[in-house]
Amino acid sequence: MESLVLLVPLSVAVVFLIGWLFWRALRGGQFDDLERPGIDVLSDDR
Amino acid sequence: MAAACYHCGEPVSPAGRWHAPLLGAEREFCCAGCRAVAQTIAQAGFERYYETRTAPGLKPRLEPAPSARACDDAQAQREFTQSSGPRERSATLVLGGIRCAACLWLNEATLRALPGVTRAHVDYASRRAQVSWDPERTRLSALIEALRDVGYDAWPWDPRRQEQLERGERRAALWRLFVAGFGAMQVMMYAFPAYIDDGAGTLARESETLLRWASLALTLPVLVFSCGPFFAGAWRELRGLRPGMDTPIALGIGAGFAASAWATLTGTGAVYFDSIAMLVFLLLGARYLELVARGRAVRSLDRLARWSPEFALRLAEGAPRRVPAHALAAGDRVLVPAGERVPADGVVLTGRSSVDESLLTGEALPLAKAPGAPLAAGSLNLEQPLEMRVERAGGETRAAAIARLVQRAAASRPALVAAADRIAHALTWVVLAVALLAGLNAADPWVAIAVLMATCPCALALAAPVALTRAAGELLARGVALTRASALETLAAATDVVFDKTGTLTAGHLRLAGTRVVGAIPEAGCLALARALEARSRHPLARAFDAKGPAPEVGEAREFPGEGVEGRVGGRRVRIGAEPFCRALARSPAPASADGAPIAVWLADERGWLAEFRLDDAPRPEAPAAVAALRSAGLRLHLLSGDRPAAVAAVGAQLGIAEARGGALPQDKFDYVARLQREGRVVAMIGDGLNDAPVLARADVSFAMGGGADAAQRQADLVVLGDAIGEVPGAFARARRAMRIVRQNFAWALGYNALALPLAAAGVIGPWEAAVGMAASSFIVVLNALRAGGGAGQESAWKASSSSSPSPSPSYS
Repeated sequence: MESLVLLVPLSVAVVFLIGWLFWRALRGGQFDDLERPGIDVLSDDR
Repeated sequence: MAAACYHCGEPVSPAGRWHAPLLGAEREFCCAGCRAVAQTIAQAGFERYYETRTAPGLKPRLEPAPSARACDDAQAQREFTQSSGPRERSATLVLGGIRCAACLWLNEATLRALPGVTRAHVDYASRRAQVSWDPERTRLSALIEALRDVGYDAWPWDPRRQEQLERGERRAALWRLFVAGFGAMQVMMYAFPAYIDDGAGTLARESETLLRWASLALTLPVLVFSCGPFFAGAWRELRGLRPGMDTPIALGIGAGFAASAWATLTGTGAVYFDSIAMLVFLLLGARYLELVARGRAVRSLDRLARWSPEFALRLAEGAPRRVPAHALAAGDRVLVPAGERVPADGVVLTGRSSVDESLLTGEALPLAKAPGAPLAAGSLNLEQPLEMRVERAGGETRAAAIARLVQRAAASRPALVAAADRIAHALTWVVLAVALLAGLNAADPWVAIAVLMATCPCALALAAPVALTRAAGELLARGVALTRASALETLAAATDVVFDKTGTLTAGHLRLAGTRVVGAIPEAGCLALARALEARSRHPLARAFDAKGPAPEVGEAREFPGEGVEGRVGGRRVRIGAEPFCRALARSPAPASADGAPIAVWLADERGWLAEFRLDDAPRPEAPAAVAALRSAGLRLHLLSGDRPAAVAAVGAQLGIAEARGGALPQDKFDYVARLQREGRVVAMIGDGLNDAPVLARADVSFAMGGGADAAQRQADLVVLGDAIGEVPGAFARARRAMRIVRQNFAWALGYNALALPLAAAGVIGPWEAAVGMAASSFIVVLNALRAGGGAGQESAWKASSSSSPSPSPSYS
């Protein structure tokens, strides 16, 4: 049970790290258009 | 009750601090800003604004706005202004703070009154002003500051700005959703041991404290960041003393968090961090879905309003020159390159091409255009460059008229939505009262919090708008514009369809239905004579006689307007036309008509009568299917027409409309509809909306067919843009579908709340059950509303987004 003292704060830190990563992806525009990439796959011209 | 500010309508306190004489009386104002705006308006002589406005003015910002001087920079101006002539520049300004039509008038009048402004036009649909000014006499910043002085804001229009705003909104919503979702997942993990333990005492006290503190640490960002919109909304509602759907949620979440945090700090009592985080996550999920659905529905409605030409290639002395599209005037010659949109309404001068008008009419197949053919602004030239002559430009085009119609509908609230809001509003008060009483009664804050969380007035508020907007957007994509928001509701309830004109069902060109020979010449000979004579006539009746085919030589042909044609064939005079006209030549009374021919044309020569031709009007090709579809939808059909009874009966018989009446005067039609309504029928009327406005207004819901250039003048609830009666049954089906979904949502929302409220108040369901129930209810309502679009909605949304890119191949969809 003592390991919890380390693991629980660690998990909180990981949550914030993942949140930051997602925020970067969001700001980079990765989630702006979720439909076009699906259609783009079908077209040959690049 | 304090007096209301004459400008912005907010309460004035203390009274008498700011006042000014206006419109012949001393008026009170809430602040110096409002008074300054009112005085500016009055000094410029625009007091009329206060008499015609339908919404209070916007309170001016007291802090100074960023200087408009930056707009005068020559480098910056290259981005958003164009040179539209010698000593003239133009730009499009986006206006902020527009509330009603009087605002538009005020903005336009203010701009026009400025020295150096050569042109100012404000468009309601897009809330943009198109201005031209003389750079030597004034500056753009002076224009913008003049608008700010009368209480509005303006900034140069940049097409990317709108997009950016929306993208920012979507990103923020997604980010909030992610924070809430991830926080909820993790907090659930920390809550897990406590649920397993369930008071058995196997969980060490220190571990439990640690887990509670970790939960608190992760719920805090969810509360502070993700719940921002709930708290902001609740604050707005509470300040206006109008608690809406955000108030109970914000109170429930806030109180739940505070109680849990207190329990964590003191180490006593229960914590529900997991329920709070999960409730926030699920609610934000439902709202994000709604945001996406609404964005899609609004986009399909806004396609026309958003489309506005920026440049046109004006041909002056043979050379094309790029000019701003709003600088075009009637009579200009314009080149439309292939792959570009037509900038104004007009006529093809040279060139042949095909044009996609789907933006305007919903018609997916391209139309061939040759010299002389009309072109509508907003249609896409697909194949070859066209040269056109402008007839109407700017706000007068058909596209702009339709956009205004649609905008008007979007601005009005359906009665149903207004009613739902009222019920949701009342329910909120009930919830707040019950929460307070139940909490006091049980002496347990968690009971009050459970009541706040469990009840879901938002299900009521969300029940209708998405479904209705979605249905309206889809109708527009199919070429039916909704001009009044409540029309869908009435349309779904309609029991009878009355066709107001024969012309709504028939193609409008006559064809030869039969020939009765009454003289010595056989049928083929009579037809040949008729062909030969009618070839000289421009009368619509003449087109019924096919111009191709053998025809004898005609000499001394003469047309008598309104009567017929006379000519000399083979040495004798022959006449074709109305009975009296031919009788003058035949010199004997006409042989009695065998039957009541809809339209009869007679042929006679000097020796006597030759033949009687019966003409009738052919139904539109799509009319039989449309009529059949309406009938199978359980609607009773009627045909009322001012045409002659025989003609109307013929059309009715052909299409299978039993109730077909001819010779009906406008008053007869009015009485007929009124009689149906007295019998309790809900009448949908289909007419042309031009000279039958009283009858259309009498009907419960009305369609106008063929919304051409004058679409805006047509007094109808729905305007069929493409003149295709085939879309009418679809409109009924869509309206019914949308209303069915709305009713389901209402039933669910009312049923859920009726069940959840007493259970939560009795303490039967705790905070976590309440959170699950409420979030699930929101989700169910939003997901159900999304069905209103169905598969067709997906397809048209895709088409709308892809049609902006030029595609040389016609799209068959």
